[in-house]
Amino acid sequence: MSEFTLRLRRFDPESGEPPYWDEHTIELEPHRSVLEGILQARGRFDGSIGIRCSCRAAICGSCGVRINGQPGLACHTHLDEALARSKDNLITVEPMGNMPVIKDLIVDMDTVHWKKVQSVTPWLLGREPVPEREYLVDREAMVDVTQSMACIQCGACVSDCLAMEVDPEFTGPAALAKAYRFVGDPRDAEHEERLRSLAEDPHGMYTCTHCFKCVDACPKDVNPMGQIMRLRRIAGSDHHIEDRNNGYRHEHAFVENIRRNGLLHEADLLPDSYGGKFHPRAVPELIASMPVAIRGMLRGKITLRKALLHPHKASKELRAIFDKVESKPKRYELNLYVSGTDADNDPAPVAPELANAEGSA
Amino acid sequence: MPEHDVLIIGAGLAGQRAALAAAREGVSVAIMSKVHPVRSHSVAAAGGINAAMSVDDDWRSHAYDTVKGSDYLGDQDAIEIMCREAPGEVMHLEHIGVTFHRNERGELDLRPFGGASIARTAYVADITGQAMLHVLYEQLMKHSSTVERFEEWFTTSLLRNDDGHCTGVVARDIRSGAMEMFTAKSVIIATGGCGQAYLPTTNGLIVTGDGMALAYRAGAPLMDMEMVQYHPTCLVDQGFLITEGARGEGAHLLNSEGERFMAKAAPNKMELASRDVVSRAEQTEIDEGRGVGPGGKGIYLDITVVPRKRTLEALREIVNIGRDFAGVDITREPIIIRPGQHYFMGGVKTDVDGRTPIPGLYAAGEVACVSVHGGNRLGANSLLDTLIFGRRAGEHAAARANDTAMPKASDASLRDDAAMIEAIIARPRDGRRISEIKEELGETMNRYCAVFRDEAGLSQALEVVVRLKEEATKAAIDDRGTVFNQDVLGAIELGYMLDTAEAVVVAALERKESRGAQFRTDYPERNDAEWLKHIDINLDAETERPTVSYSPVTITQWQPEERKY
Repeated sequence: MSEFTLRLRRFDPESGEPPYWDEHTIELEPHRSVLEGILQARGRFDGSIGIRCSCRAAICGSCGVRINGQPGLACHTHLDEALARSKDNLITVEPMGNMPVIKDLIVDMDTVHWKKVQSVTPWLLGREPVPEREYLVDREAMVDVTQSMACIQCGACVSDCLAMEVDPEFTGPAALAKAYRFVGDPRDAEHEERLRSLAEDPHGMYTCTHCFKCVDACPKDVNPMGQIMRLRRIAGSDHHIEDRNNGYRHEHAFVENIRRNGLLHEADLLPDSYGGKFHPRAVPELIASMPVAIRGMLRGKITLRKALLHPHKASKELRAIFDKVESKPKRYELNLYVSGTDADNDPAPVAPELANAEGSA
Repeated sequence: MPEHDVLIIGAGLAGQRAALAAAREGVSVAIMSKVHPVRSHSVAAAGGINAAMSVDDDWRSHAYDTVKGSDYLGDQDAIEIMCREAPGEVMHLEHIGVTFHRNERGELDLRPFGGASIARTAYVADITGQAMLHVLYEQLMKHSSTVERFEEWFTTSLLRNDDGHCTGVVARDIRSGAMEMFTAKSVIIATGGCGQAYLPTTNGLIVTGDGMALAYRAGAPLMDMEMVQYHPTCLVDQGFLITEGARGEGAHLLNSEGERFMAKAAPNKMELASRDVVSRAEQTEIDEGRGVGPGGKGIYLDITVVPRKRTLEALREIVNIGRDFAGVDITREPIIIRPGQHYFMGGVKTDVDGRTPIPGLYAAGEVACVSVHGGNRLGANSLLDTLIFGRRAGEHAAARANDTAMPKASDASLRDDAAMIEAIIARPRDGRRISEIKEELGETMNRYCAVFRDEAGLSQALEVVVRLKEEATKAAIDDRGTVFNQDVLGAIELGYMLDTAEAVVVAALERKESRGAQFRTDYPERNDAEWLKHIDINLDAETERPTVSYSPVTITQWQPEERKY
């Protein structure tokens, strides 16, 4: 048994008082969870400590909180780990962010999280006709969507989503991971419609800024940001959906620019992203970027020589890379959900060098 | 005052399935839960759902396995219905979006499970319950215009009119503290079991026997209450569940001598014998000094014999549980487990349509006892039970509502319950703490009413439970507020647990034989001549004490025979 001091952020909505800090010293084995610590404090000292909780094993998703500033499940954080991250020898527990606090560690998930989930049409729109038995689908596709199915709706990713802090209307990581669960599901009939509406929504999937906060926060390795990136890739590559942020055209311009020039030719990139120098869409953008271009010239970062006489040729090696990637029959999605191989258990695994040599021969 | 044709209490798998089935019949439906529906404990069901779907399987084989698993205490008419309707129900779930694991041909993959004569368990990795619960909740979101949701509402009593019909419930909005009366033509309770009466348990903190106690207090009988399942593989410290799917995938159980001791108790099925058999074998090893780990209180579960990739793909959740809660990489080393309280086979007595003896009151899922599980439930039959009988209860409750006028309810119960809560909040603070009473209850049940039982221990347990009931009426609480006053709900839940636990102990004392999960060391044999019958526990309205009666077991085509695995 070891002693730990919990510092809980308390708030009583009926008192008219602002939130305050409340400290309790509890006694538990260091590998027990912060939730067990809180429950001991509640059981022994103060029954009025408010926290939602049930399973204690990271499956019901009730006990999302912030521990020493890091969002996660209280039941999924060991006391000793929490203490190791602490600067003041206290384990500080606060309610999650981006959602209004109801009482103590309990936040209002309905008006934020669940409202956003509801906005992505979170049910299967099954392909017709519905088969008599099961839909026959790829084994891998089901394992793949099971990663987003593993989301327990705890809200930890919502709590610290930076994009949502800036734009509270942002659909957010959990709801977009839920959206992927249908877009990645071969039984769903409306992939394109779903992606179109996520792309057209000014607070939709292009609002994510790639900050990785949700990836860190998720206790179930759902990788919400990864699911958002996959939504974007599928929207662009499979459905040619052009988003309002011009990301789709920018990506294509970028790829074509490299294919043509070998090295990125920045002066071409901007106009190309808007359809080329003479495209009506590009003109106002080019005019708007003039001050930046002039500043760049004044500082010697852009010269007329570089801008106009950039060599337009890609090396043979680079073209070989393009050929190789584009000759693949299927887009290779990085699914980190299942790792390891069947060979892992074999007593004498084949050395990876040999396996590779064989593969490339 | 809200009025609905069908009101469902509890939003786990049985409750949500009932709500969707009732709504399909075109009646007005409300579903109420003390937690957000996806927090319901169905979420923790791991291994899968049984259905005779493969070409070389037959529902009769599933039914026979279930009857044998129940140690012949299951009602065979109900078991036949469940097993016959299983494939259709699983296909329905597949069609609405459950991401069942596939085989190489793209069909549902099936894994072997305990007590089953063939691989017939469909699964989603080892998060089957979670996947199913979340998909049903997707459907509730889809049908939000026909199914009204009351999330985070706590039920304090069932209403009955002068004819004895159930006419609704009284409930408290946890968030605002407001008390409200809900009138309904049919009420379905689907609140789950009462695992929290045990310490440790695999069950969540919310599993406190609410529906069992509410129905029992309203006059409904509880049946098969002595049949409490101990799951063979729970973490030694916290009691968390390690899915039976691990053994389904081929994992071994080893004692301190490295011996696969199941060879003694179940030479044919080995680790995949039914749960009561495996738990008893483990407990015997531990009691006879062949346990492992600190104090020799555990058994090794060796999952390293399963290919690593398969473990990572199909047993992902227990890889996490091993890593996060036991510090063990289960793909590389054995993990220490022991039997732990997991499931109540017993519950509110119902017929195959979910009807309880109280008109207008239905029950489905773990809270109910149809009885399809009898003395011992097979793994992966509980999810099936929730869906089949949840759906049937929903359909029949809707049909009843179509033939019934909206009841007029008096608000006397509303006033009583509001006063009851006020009284708890106003209690002097000199009583014992709720957490203390709950802990003593849990330890007592786990000591005397567990894998092995006897007269002396059970009598001791009954004495303790009766004393705790008295102490609970004076237990002190700290929270005087109305918003999210979880303290006062804890005091009410404690009462629910104690009523339920008392019924368990009384029934276990009554059954003087060993059958299924009930093993009496003082009556070690099964005795069909005297005890092939259900024990019903009723609350005597006068004395407020449990009374015992019996009801027959329905046998259709499988006569009791010796049970060997």
